[in-house]
Amino acid sequence: MTKKTIIQFDHVAKRFDGEIILKDISFAIERGKFYTLLGPSGCGKTTILRLIAGFLEPSEGTITFDGRMVNKIPPNKRQVNTVFQDYALFPHLNVFENVAFGLRINKLTNKEIEPRVKQALHFVNLDGYQNREIAELSGGQKQRVAIARAIVNQPQVLLLDEPLSALDLKLRTAMQVELRQLQRRLGITFIFVTHDQEEALAMSDEIFVLNQGKIEQSGSPRSIYDEPINRFVADFIGESNIIPGTMLKDRVVSFAGKTFDCVDQGFDEREAVEIVIRPEDLEIKPHGEGLLQVRIESQLFRGVHYEMIGKDEDGNSWMIHSTKSARIGEEIGLFFEPEAIHVMRHGETEEAFDRRLESYEGAGHD
Amino acid sequence: MTKKWTNTYLIPYVLWIGLFVVAPLAMVLYYSFFDIQGHFSFENYLRFFTPIYLKMAISSIGYAFFITFFTLLVAYPTAYLLTRMKNRRLWLMLIILPTWINILLKAYAFIGLLGTYGPVDTLLAMSGAGRRQILFTGSSFVFVSVYLFIPFMILPIYNSLEKLNSSFVEAAYDLGASAWATFRRVIFPLTLEGVKSGCQAVFIPALSLFMLTRLIAGNRVITLGTAIEEHFLVTQDWGMGSTIAVFLILAMVVVMALMGKGWLKRW
Repeated sequence: MTKKTIIQFDHVAKRFDGEIILKDISFAIERGKFYTLLGPSGCGKTTILRLIAGFLEPSEGTITFDGRMVNKIPPNKRQVNTVFQDYALFPHLNVFENVAFGLRINKLTNKEIEPRVKQALHFVNLDGYQNREIAELSGGQKQRVAIARAIVNQPQVLLLDEPLSALDLKLRTAMQVELRQLQRRLGITFIFVTHDQEEALAMSDEIFVLNQGKIEQSGSPRSIYDEPINRFVADFIGESNIIPGTMLKDRVVSFAGKTFDCVDQGFDEREAVEIVIRPEDLEIKPHGEGLLQVRIESQLFRGVHYEMIGKDEDGNSWMIHSTKSARIGEEIGLFFEPEAIHVMRHGETEEAFDRRLESYEGAGHD
Repeated sequence: MTKKWTNTYLIPYVLWIGLFVVAPLAMVLYYSFFDIQGHFSFENYLRFFTPIYLKMAISSIGYAFFITFFTLLVAYPTAYLLTRMKNRRLWLMLIILPTWINILLKAYAFIGLLGTYGPVDTLLAMSGAGRRQILFTGSSFVFVSVYLFIPFMILPIYNSLEKLNSSFVEAAYDLGASAWATFRRVIFPLTLEGVKSGCQAVFIPALSLFMLTRLIAGNRVITLGTAIEEHFLVTQDWGMGSTIAVFLILAMVVVMALMGKGWLKRW
């Protein structure tokens, strides 16, 4: 464990009434970074958050905070604060008293409290709101008060439990930017829980993709998007075309009845694999050109781009994102770069995946 | 057409209110202006402000206050425990059950329990504390009243505790509050509405108790309720009895205005 590590999970498992919520989870959280726990509902991401906050105790394994085992430390004794999904602002207190709550608990004097509350409100762009009642606030303002109430206590780690899910799209996008900036300014660790992959990609230094109580993959948004470890991650993060294929040899893969150059290696000869190509990496060419021929079956206008579904001669479906449109029933060619092909090995663990990637990407890969 | 029909539906309600609420109140007010000889006068109102009646009023309010206070003391923790029980519905049912039994029956049961040579008396004697008068004391009156009123206090408090969002409690813990600080700063203030309506539901009836006072406290406790009874049934001074009733009604209105954010404001 390095000095940078603030929270460490060692083989943590959690069961409720015999039902396994988390199975054998290990990871380390570093100081001053923005982490996102991403996964579908029921994947255990909120359970991890509640274990860190102290609302739950692990069934097995140890949780260390700042080098100290904290399995049995109650929430009110931890240097962690939470922004709750429903904000949980106290309705009988005004904005100032809500933010001051933690400071009053710590028996600070009014003289010490006032500047700190004002500063916290300033941080979340709510100057002058201290005398408002909670019921008078909009959703976005409540959100900010909840954040101010948490950061005023200067926690080492701030936990955010799907805090943006109740906001409309525009406000949500604005809050994503604000949260990211706030984290940089405060320099503390944020652990953000969401099921929204766009949110995760936009905000995080590091993403943990969770599924059924396991961490499927962890890494930077870029590496998770570009090099998903398996079908679940590829499917959950962004749109993907996942096609069965065969690895003929290093840097040569065959799928859809054709052979293509790619950049992946370290597979067995003729190993059955799955390949991923993102819809935005497919380029539309006139019929007969390109690497693959497909017939367009449906088309949707998405605003920024058209979303088309095409079928190749082998019967594989291809989702294409393009600013160019095509006619339904039209035969078109598809072109993609060798780098756009990502090859996934069946049942590969995260460690083995990382080792294989490092073996040929060398120092250039992060 | 629709409006006409709505008005027709209102008839039973208006009749009921008129005959059984407004008319009796008006009659009470009317009688309060007649002395014992049947002459119109304000004498009754002047008499109310003499030491004897003022003392009675203070004692009534004092007893009602103690009854409410002890009921709250028992009811709040009970209601809190109830919300954490597994079979809440069953427990709640058991608490409500005694209210289905006639109050007189319960009062007579207590006379049996607390009376001379009753079980409590015998138990005290056996434990060496010696026999003593339990029935016909102020404290037994408060005790039995508290017993009778507890369900009426538990229900509104239980409801407000049930409605309390558990994430408020978690938020308080998360911000460093101890269990006591969480109760004092979050749980209690957020269930104050329930406490208020519970206090109202106890204090107002407690103020006008007379049957129970007679049966359990005998002549030891004289409240406005027993004074009204005395004036109407024994001394036949309906005027003075009505005057006391007027003050009792005023006291209730004051209590409701103080306690209830609820219906009074909506009017």
